[in-house]
Amino acid sequence: VAMTKLGQWLCGVALLGSAWAALALAPPGLRLPAPYRQALLPLPVYLLVAFGCYSLATVGYRLATFNDCEEAAAELQEHISAAREDLRRRGLRF
Amino acid sequence: MAADSGDKFSVLLPTYNERENLPLVVWLLVRTFRQSGNNFEIIIIDDGSPDGTQEIAEQLEKIYGSDKIIVREIISILFSSGTAYIHGMKHATGNFIVIMDADLSHHVSLYSIKQKEGNFDIVSGTRYKGNGGVYGWDLKRKLISRGANFITQVLLRPGASDLTGSFRLYRKEVLQKLMEKCVSKGYVFQMEMIVRARQLGYTIGEVPISFVDRVYGESKLGGNEIVSFLKGLLTLFATT
Repeated sequence: VAMTKLGQWLCGVALLGSAWAALALAPPGLRLPAPYRQALLPLPVYLLVAFGCYSLATVGYRLATFNDCEEAAAELQEHISAAREDLRRRGLRF
Repeated sequence: MAADSGDKFSVLLPTYNERENLPLVVWLLVRTFRQSGNNFEIIIIDDGSPDGTQEIAEQLEKIYGSDKIIVREIISILFSSGTAYIHGMKHATGNFIVIMDADLSHHVSLYSIKQKEGNFDIVSGTRYKGNGGVYGWDLKRKLISRGANFITQVLLRPGASDLTGSFRLYRKEVLQKLMEKCVSKGYVFQMEMIVRARQLGYTIGEVPISFVDRVYGESKLGGNEIVSFLKGLLTLFATT
């Protein structure tokens, strides 16, 4: 049975979370030098902020490059007129 | 372009109060298929529309022939595309099924070409890639669309750029298999189809489409729609 997306996320968070906790919160028996621990501690927050910035930038870019189909709309209007005429000729009562 | 004599395209058109749009959609479909030389049929599944949609559909059947236009009526308490598709598929004689809203009909021939290109199981229209796009959308609507799509991509990683587009081509067996597995309602159902399709290993090709929506009438995108979209998305996130 395949894992759901939620399941995958929970696994990922659990794995990374425990790795971070082990290294940054430093239970006795597993001590990294102090500077490393201090750097690791705020890492989750940094990653969240980085992801937030990435999201804003990506959505902003995609918004700016969202195509407007002027031609397709004009073409559709032409098709509509042609369709109405042709159907009327063939006996359609609108 | 010579058609592969084996292929036939069944277009499923669920309708509810589409009296104005239906003749135009059918006319465009007929014209596109005739130009590309493909064998086709159009199955109109009307959900007891009070505006005379069925009557117009029957007129179209007389004009184009009942081998090309098939009209069926279902009466359901809550109009659901899923019910319409199940019903429509019973009558489909083609080996490819095209599913689309009755208010948009561009590029049907592009789909058959794309399918041949990659021998895909599913071809899906996308507004977000290539020269796909929209017409007449204001900034707010575009932002909501892109934002919602971004969240969907992050949470579901669906392998398709546009999950809520209204235009798809399926191999008949693939559609039947997916309909068995999918449980959502409304447009979340469309999203679930693609996600399940990926899980089952089906190949998905994409074609840019121009979404000139609502030939007649207004499309609504209010707070309610957004909330129900998020609910549907989270449900899919937790269950697929």
